[in-house]
Amino acid sequence: MTLKSIPSLLGAVAVAGSMLMGATAMAEDKIGFVYVGPVGDHGWTYRHDLGRQAVQNELGDKVKTTFVESVKEGPDSERVIRQMAADGHKLIFTTSFGFMNPTLKVAKQFPDVKFEHATGYKRADNVSAYSARFYEGRYVVGKIVGNMTKSNVIGYIGSFPIPEVVRGINALTLAAKSVNPDIKVKVAWVSTWYDPGKEADAAKALIDQGADVILQHTDSPAPLQVAEERGVWAVGQASDMSRFAPKAQLTAIIDDWDGYYVARTKAALDGSWKSEDTWGGFNTGMVDLAPYNKAIPADLIALAEKTRNGIEDGSILPFAGPFNKQDGSVGAKDGEALDDGTLLGMNWYVEGVEGELPK
Amino acid sequence: MAGFDWIVPVILTMITAATPLVFAGIGELITEKSGVLNLGVEGMMLVGAVTGFITATVTGNYFLAVLAAAFAGSVMAFLFGVLTLSLMANQVATGLALTLFGVGLSALMGQEFVGMPVDPLDKLYISGLTDIPYIGPIIFGQDGLVYLSFAVVAAVSWFLYKTKAGLILRAVGDSHDAAHSIGYSVIGIRYLAVMFGGAMSGIGGAYLSLAYTPMWAENMTAGRGWIALALIVFATWKPGLVLIGAYMFGGITILQLHAQAAGLDVPSQVLSMLPYVATVLVLVLISKDQSRIRKHAPACIGKIFHPAA
Repeated sequence: MTLKSIPSLLGAVAVAGSMLMGATAMAEDKIGFVYVGPVGDHGWTYRHDLGRQAVQNELGDKVKTTFVESVKEGPDSERVIRQMAADGHKLIFTTSFGFMNPTLKVAKQFPDVKFEHATGYKRADNVSAYSARFYEGRYVVGKIVGNMTKSNVIGYIGSFPIPEVVRGINALTLAAKSVNPDIKVKVAWVSTWYDPGKEADAAKALIDQGADVILQHTDSPAPLQVAEERGVWAVGQASDMSRFAPKAQLTAIIDDWDGYYVARTKAALDGSWKSEDTWGGFNTGMVDLAPYNKAIPADLIALAEKTRNGIEDGSILPFAGPFNKQDGSVGAKDGEALDDGTLLGMNWYVEGVEGELPK
Repeated sequence: MAGFDWIVPVILTMITAATPLVFAGIGELITEKSGVLNLGVEGMMLVGAVTGFITATVTGNYFLAVLAAAFAGSVMAFLFGVLTLSLMANQVATGLALTLFGVGLSALMGQEFVGMPVDPLDKLYISGLTDIPYIGPIIFGQDGLVYLSFAVVAAVSWFLYKTKAGLILRAVGDSHDAAHSIGYSVIGIRYLAVMFGGAMSGIGGAYLSLAYTPMWAENMTAGRGWIALALIVFATWKPGLVLIGAYMFGGITILQLHAQAAGLDVPSQVLSMLPYVATVLVLVLISKDQSRIRKHAPACIGKIFHPAA
């Protein structure tokens, strides 16, 4: 037994434990959820678990939902997903980007089991892809923070440099620059989705470098606490985090998976389920904003609401030109807007973001 | 980043990042010096974190909260002791089980407390002294646990190398049969050492939930227990080096975040790698001199003691 085998052992025990719990009921259809963080993270995983609970409440004793939390992305997740599939789950939601290839691999071996993978870009006959256009939320937030900042420096805590995260940084920057051309966005990558301590450290570093607004694409409320303590603004991630930062939170970008999870589960039960690609924004309810901070002036709230309504009815496209990439080349020309394909593969910063994007 | 103004915030953040590692590392050091390897640090930290948080929320008394965290950690360690010392279970397997148990137990205990904010631990403020530019906030502006962490390292160092009790502890760790044959209670001493380790892990956890990020979130230690375990090897079982290692590890993490925020054109992956590269480098340097490791590493670590033998 070496130290190296510890993570795999932990994974195996976690799976075995959850399977034991799931094995008692056989009459209902089993719907499985694989989470990257703990359900109590108060952010990303917490919102997915609310979706699972919505499925359970809505469909009652027709289904039995099970979940495995804190599953590491990569090989560990493949084992967890395979266990679930082998254990007779009818539909399995894998809710993190890094579960994409493991999900597809397992799906090939279990053609009768249906899979739903969140925030990825690959599909198969029995694997759907779904995600939300969180960048729409970031764009609205950008209009607010561009006006609220005094130092003109916005701090952004990134998890991993994947298109999903880069898109958020760019949408925020474009919107903030549209109301305040002097804006600079500083990014600190923490290489984790969930580590309250490290997220807090990153927030402190950004504030020490002059940022007076903190945004994050990580899952814990720790950065908001730092913002509250240091007296700067912050924006909540995935769920309303205002109780951690009643003064500092301007708003929060909320994920709402409830409707989608219930609809897809119903489809799997009645046989109408097909492999689909869903990318929903404000208009589907998948993306929402928490109540605005009272400190935001009324005209700014009006601007935010106008932007949101425009995005909903399609009259405002966050990635509409003209704007430049960070290196000065053209991102989109006047009168053009980036298509979904470009957005899904976005691996460059727009002008206004500082530092180099890790490759 | 004009001048050296950025150094003070870096050091302040470094101290918060290092303190939980110092506590957990120094506690486990004593445990290992007695010849016991307890891999359950992560679990004990989590139980300490949640116990400290609950106590602080319910009573509002932070002194009590830290005591409760230490107590909870040592209860966890006592369980480990019963299994490995009295029932002679395998220490590695039991330690892993203790971590799993701690993760689950802390999540269960903290269910009602998720999403509840609490005021951070008070920081020292001495008018005049804390206001001294640069060094004032660093030396005179910390919370009590930071000062305690330095005191504990000093005390452990003194205890191990300057007292008879420390000598006995090291003897038990180096040769339990010899210590037993001259009449020392190997099992009793190991129980005390293991429970001290648990108490320190508990306080390290409480530092996370009360000062570092004042909240309770499941799994909030995020692997710091494992880093503390690695620190001891890094420090070749010397208390002072545990302290230095913890600050180095914390410091490099913070520096790389600052470098990124400052827009330095260094790939962030390289920066994130630095603490680990540094650890490997130091390990290589140290292991060139085998005698230095052997002098401080407990010879009986992980071995089960059979009193009859």
